[in-house]
Amino acid sequence: MSGLLIEQSTPLIQLQDGGRFGVRHLGVSQGGAADWLSMYWANWLLGNALDAAVIEITLGGLGVLIQQDGCLALAGADLAATLDGQALEPWQSFTVRAGQRLRFSHPQQGLRAYLAAPGGFACTPTLGSCSTVSREGLGGLHGEGQALVSGDTLQWPGTAEPRQLPRELIPDLSLKQPLDLVLGAQIGDFSGQSLFDLFNRPWQLDSRADRMGIRLLGPALEYQGAALISEGIPLGAIQVPPDGQPIVLLNDRQTIGGYPRVGALTPEALARLAQAQTGDCVRFRPVLEQQAQARHLQILAGF
Amino acid sequence: MKVRVEVVAMDCLMLRLFDDIDEAHMPWLLAAVQRLRAEFGPGLIDLVPSYTTLMLHYDVQRIGAVQARELIATALENLQPAGEGGGRLHEIPVWYHRQVGPELELLAARSGLSVSQVIERHSGHAYHVFALGFAPGFAYMGLVDPQLAAPRLATPRKRVTRGSVALAERQTATYPQTSPGGWNVLGRTPTALFDRALDGYSLLQPGDRVRFMPVDHAEFLRQGGDDTPLEALA
Repeated sequence: MSGLLIEQSTPLIQLQDGGRFGVRHLGVSQGGAADWLSMYWANWLLGNALDAAVIEITLGGLGVLIQQDGCLALAGADLAATLDGQALEPWQSFTVRAGQRLRFSHPQQGLRAYLAAPGGFACTPTLGSCSTVSREGLGGLHGEGQALVSGDTLQWPGTAEPRQLPRELIPDLSLKQPLDLVLGAQIGDFSGQSLFDLFNRPWQLDSRADRMGIRLLGPALEYQGAALISEGIPLGAIQVPPDGQPIVLLNDRQTIGGYPRVGALTPEALARLAQAQTGDCVRFRPVLEQQAQARHLQILAGF
Repeated sequence: MKVRVEVVAMDCLMLRLFDDIDEAHMPWLLAAVQRLRAEFGPGLIDLVPSYTTLMLHYDVQRIGAVQARELIATALENLQPAGEGGGRLHEIPVWYHRQVGPELELLAARSGLSVSQVIERHSGHAYHVFALGFAPGFAYMGLVDPQLAAPRLATPRKRVTRGSVALAERQTATYPQTSPGGWNVLGRTPTALFDRALDGYSLLQPGDRVRFMPVDHAEFLRQGGDDTPLEALA
């Protein structure tokens, strides 16, 4: 059994995995890694199940003391990581030795980095998942929804060899291309001008953003339909509250809600959005359900 | 009953069965849930019932968009409402008292009823569980007697004690964990509502029915209730 000790952490540094499923009808949030693509690649680099438990590091502020020799993997954002002061690039697995210190300071590119260990970080699942959902007190290392804190010890069961992800396999998580939005829900009840604005204007990420949702700033969208009765809300749904400023709902969103929605982002678009920072601008591109499914299956086939 | 199927995400379909909130809808939704679970099998990721709808989240690696619609059509063919055995009937003890139900007297004043009449009306009806949401195990139930209906508090409380029994408009609920909340609190139950040791985790499931049983302070404590006062909001 190998291990590491958390020496410095923040509430945004949490154990995550693929998410909590089969319990949403009980009001339990989905949870899971916000950038699932980077989590998958971090696990892939070690030969793990792609949704094995990883550490999601948002913004930086993690300090770790390695306690035993082993191999870890890093994918996603460049948070200026260092291993004993030496720069450590994402998209690779790397050897660690007992006594070394791994640090993540601040975003150079992207927002969320994923640290994986061979066989996945050991954690007893809560309701089928290790995903930390603080608001619900579920998941995480101790099962009570806490983020990782200084003094926590993490272990892993496997071994692996260092390797790099070939450059052509590194996913494009930039915002250069528009984000794919599956049209649906109440989109037919928004004004024509709002539909034009939705797909032709840039939308700026507000500072009001967390794992439940990200608020977007732009022209107010006008819903013209009747008031809704609360209904299930899917991952990536873009809901429009009465102030007209859309909110993209993420992994820790509530399970049901009553605001009208224009559809939902695709999984790939969500991974890219999860790497965007406050003040960044995104654009949307409409896609149909079956196009989105074909693209998603193509991505999954790449692992 | 005509079911509309709408796209809400790449891998989620919304099944709209009804247009309004009615207790009579729940046996139909429950029957649809059972049929859909059987029809989709392991291809079903989650199925979320809520008042008039079912949101179906399926695994696109197992089931395509066209097949999903075929499975839905098959599942809902000749649907019959679930019988009495469809959902469970729970009897939940409640200590109705101003110490743990600070809006009890406000509700009486609003409705023109006495406190004991408010308790009688609230506990005299087997409510249907329409949906769970807001927090794990938080069951939206109804419908509350129209004379008791009251709007949410103007300022939500930062902490509503676990077990609090509350109402808003014509819905009622119990808080499974201590959490923020803006409903009118009229009592407290000692019963655990969400516990990972419970079979199914949540005592209440969509489609279940609930009857609140008034108990006195001694019985509330005997069943393990916490009688720490909940402060009234000025």
